Amino acid sequence: MNGMANNWKVIPAFRPVFDLDRCDYANGCTICAKECSFGEISLRPVKDGGGEVRYRPSANLSACNACQRCVKMCPQNAIHIEHQPMHTSHGYWTSEHVGNIWRQAGNEGGVLLVGNGATGPQRRYFDHIMFDACQVTNPSIDPLREPMEIRRYLGRKPARYGEEIGPQLKLDVPIMFGAMSFGAVNKRVQEAEARATQASGTYWNTGEGGFYKDLRIYGANTIVQVASGRFGVSEDFLKSAAAVEIKIGQGAKPGIGGHLPGEKVLKAISETRMIPEGSDALSPAPHHDIYSIEDLRQLIYAIKEAMEYRVPVSVKIAAVHNVAPIVSGVARAGADIIAIDGFRGGTGATPLQIRQNTGIPIELAISAADTRLREEGIRDTVSLVASGGIMCSSDVLKAICLGADAVYVGTPVLVALGCGLCQRCFSGKCPYGITTNRPGLAERIDVDQATQALANLLHAWGEELKELMGSMGISAIEALRSNRDRLRGVGLNEEELRILEIKHAGA
Amino acid sequence: MCGIVGIINTDGKRTDGSHIREAIRIQRERGNGLGGGFAVYGAYPENRDKYAFHIMYEGDRHNPAVSAVEDYLQGRTHVYQSEQIPVYPNDRIPRGPYFKRYFLKPIDEFLSPQQTEEDYIVETVMHINRMPDAFVVSSGKDIGVFKGMGYPEDIADYFRIEDYSGHMWVAHNRFPTNTPGWWGGAHPFTILDKAVVHNGEITSYGTNVRWLEMNGYQCLLRTDTEVISYIYDKLTRQDGLSKKDACFVMAPALWEEIDRRGDEKDRYLRQIYGTAIVNGPFGIVLTHTGGAIVLNDRNKLRPVVCAQAGNTYYASSEECSIRLLSPEVDRIWSPKGGEPVMIDMIEGWKEAA
Repeated sequence: MNGMANNWKVIPAFRPVFDLDRCDYANGCTICAKECSFGEISLRPVKDGGGEVRYRPSANLSACNACQRCVKMCPQNAIHIEHQPMHTSHGYWTSEHVGNIWRQAGNEGGVLLVGNGATGPQRRYFDHIMFDACQVTNPSIDPLREPMEIRRYLGRKPARYGEEIGPQLKLDVPIMFGAMSFGAVNKRVQEAEARATQASGTYWNTGEGGFYKDLRIYGANTIVQVASGRFGVSEDFLKSAAAVEIKIGQGAKPGIGGHLPGEKVLKAISETRMIPEGSDALSPAPHHDIYSIEDLRQLIYAIKEAMEYRVPVSVKIAAVHNVAPIVSGVARAGADIIAIDGFRGGTGATPLQIRQNTGIPIELAISAADTRLREEGIRDTVSLVASGGIMCSSDVLKAICLGADAVYVGTPVLVALGCGLCQRCFSGKCPYGITTNRPGLAERIDVDQATQALANLLHAWGEELKELMGSMGISAIEALRSNRDRLRGVGLNEEELRILEIKHAGA
Repeated sequence: MCGIVGIINTDGKRTDGSHIREAIRIQRERGNGLGGGFAVYGAYPENRDKYAFHIMYEGDRHNPAVSAVEDYLQGRTHVYQSEQIPVYPNDRIPRGPYFKRYFLKPIDEFLSPQQTEEDYIVETVMHINRMPDAFVVSSGKDIGVFKGMGYPEDIADYFRIEDYSGHMWVAHNRFPTNTPGWWGGAHPFTILDKAVVHNGEITSYGTNVRWLEMNGYQCLLRTDTEVISYIYDKLTRQDGLSKKDACFVMAPALWEEIDRRGDEKDRYLRQIYGTAIVNGPFGIVLTHTGGAIVLNDRNKLRPVVCAQAGNTYYASSEECSIRLLSPEVDRIWSPKGGEPVMIDMIEGWKEAA
């Protein structure tokens, strides 16, 4: 077909609204228009009382993603974002579904892409789980007066005393920064992650885009990732890191690979990924040398051999229906750490339909995986890392009580750097300079400030963990791993309670 | 709350049960009448080489559980002697379950190749505890446990513990806060030669119980004491840790302290046995054939006082019990949180006794 289709106009669901009484346009302020990287804000010439031409900000109603950049940057607090959904008279067809079809029927229609994690209405189990606290029969512990320990060691542990322990990662706070590749995010973001994790005694993950040479001085706090595209994988790359992670899948897009558009593949990225400049970086859906669990075992041991068994090897999988037996198989295949990424996990780019409809919640997945490994008597041969939708420190602790040893967070890192969850990470127009290398945008990240922000976040969550633990009478966080007895469900059905291995509140 | 008392004559000198009855009686405030109990080491010198099973049956001697358990025991052990444990109902405790004791040894041929005699006995105990209406109160050699619902001094009278004597006694006065009070749930809790009396409420229970279950233990009572006993059993008997290391695992030094000392063995122990850490308030006296261990949680959230008078050691929730037993002592102190007190029988104590 060669014909041109109708491009139905789709008005975005958000728009900036300007309080012109507060706005300083009369004195020549144009900050909002400059800050908006999506082209939503125009400057319209108007004559003031004296006949002078002034440039007044105005919404184009064509490109707003509610990123909140203009709101944050306006020195006059003169902007807010309004939600203006397209109203359809039909109760079943929502504006979102109608708009998507209009876009797909248009001349540039195709697979709908989005960034960030799933937005659907599926139950957030963390909100239906409550902690226990000490009252009367045992004392709570005051973290201001008593030492509270949140350190964790990740890696293979022997079944009993006397046997050799595998290489371990020492986490002073049980929170690591999850994989976000060089290319998806820029060097400034990765540098801030590296410096913050070094300062806080934890780890960040390079993602699948290789390990940029200037950042290798932070190798002791870095987990490097080997994914299906094998971007940037070399002996030096492996040896520069504290741990190696084989990425099988990711919660935002289980079962599919990645796509970094050629426009984002600039010189440094091309060098780091070891691909030609300007070429699309496509990671295939499966690893082309892993079509079964025994193939994974070979790759795990190939890496272990290359690393002379000096660093732990992690395997990251998306949380899917059969997560428990898969985790058991991966543990038996030799993984030292297994990272399970729930369907809420973020991404720089994923097909909308995959993001919204594939995978399972991390709360259920981590519980099922931990339970299965215990039933098989192999829980301590591997550490479990939970990720995908963790939004606050209590989510971290609930994940640990459900069986995790530690967590990965990705979206909280972005949010700490300003991200307003506009879901346009793949566009290269990130207004916060996080997921872009464009000149003028990437510089919006000040590495020193970003480092401090991330260190602050880790510190704050660490302190909150101690408060929560203190109220539960716990002074060492390992005493909460899989401690389902300290959780209760509210508003969960019997099957959900069974899978989470928790009692309902009141029981 | 709960109150505990331990008397350890490290030279093997024997005392009868009247002393410990008094020592725990004056801690009456620490209990509420929902559980009391005693363990005595050296109770059955004439059967010292046989496992002494104290078994509690619901109801009376006509309960079919009695013959079911006895058939089971006959099928896998040599039972040398069995008898009803005499009881003396009184105003405070007018009735109780039916108690019997058996002196037995495993039938060697029935042990599987990797199995030790003790593994076999543990398996036997676990099996009986899953049978209806039967519960093994104690199973160690030369050890007797007497416990039930009531204040400890009333339990003492119910069993007339002054009729028994031994070189080591522990007593417990219960104020249950988690599991309902019942005869089997009273302390001490024992497995083989190990008995635990415990004051506290551990906050790591869910973590600990899952680790034990993964390692083949069945925690049927769902009590802290059971969990602590099994952790100690797993660490020392199955994994071969020293008593000191086992205590370290349960109440480890802070990571900072381990870093400062640069002690890689302690780091290793804490790394591999992280989920065996016991958190929350506890003060325990753990007794075994070779002596006793007194251990507090790291934050010292429960009282424990220790004392020494000649070859006799005492451990108690309150000093008053010690002073009652021995007004003059050589040494009396309050052990620091997380620092175990090891009391070992002196060499040759059996001969001396």
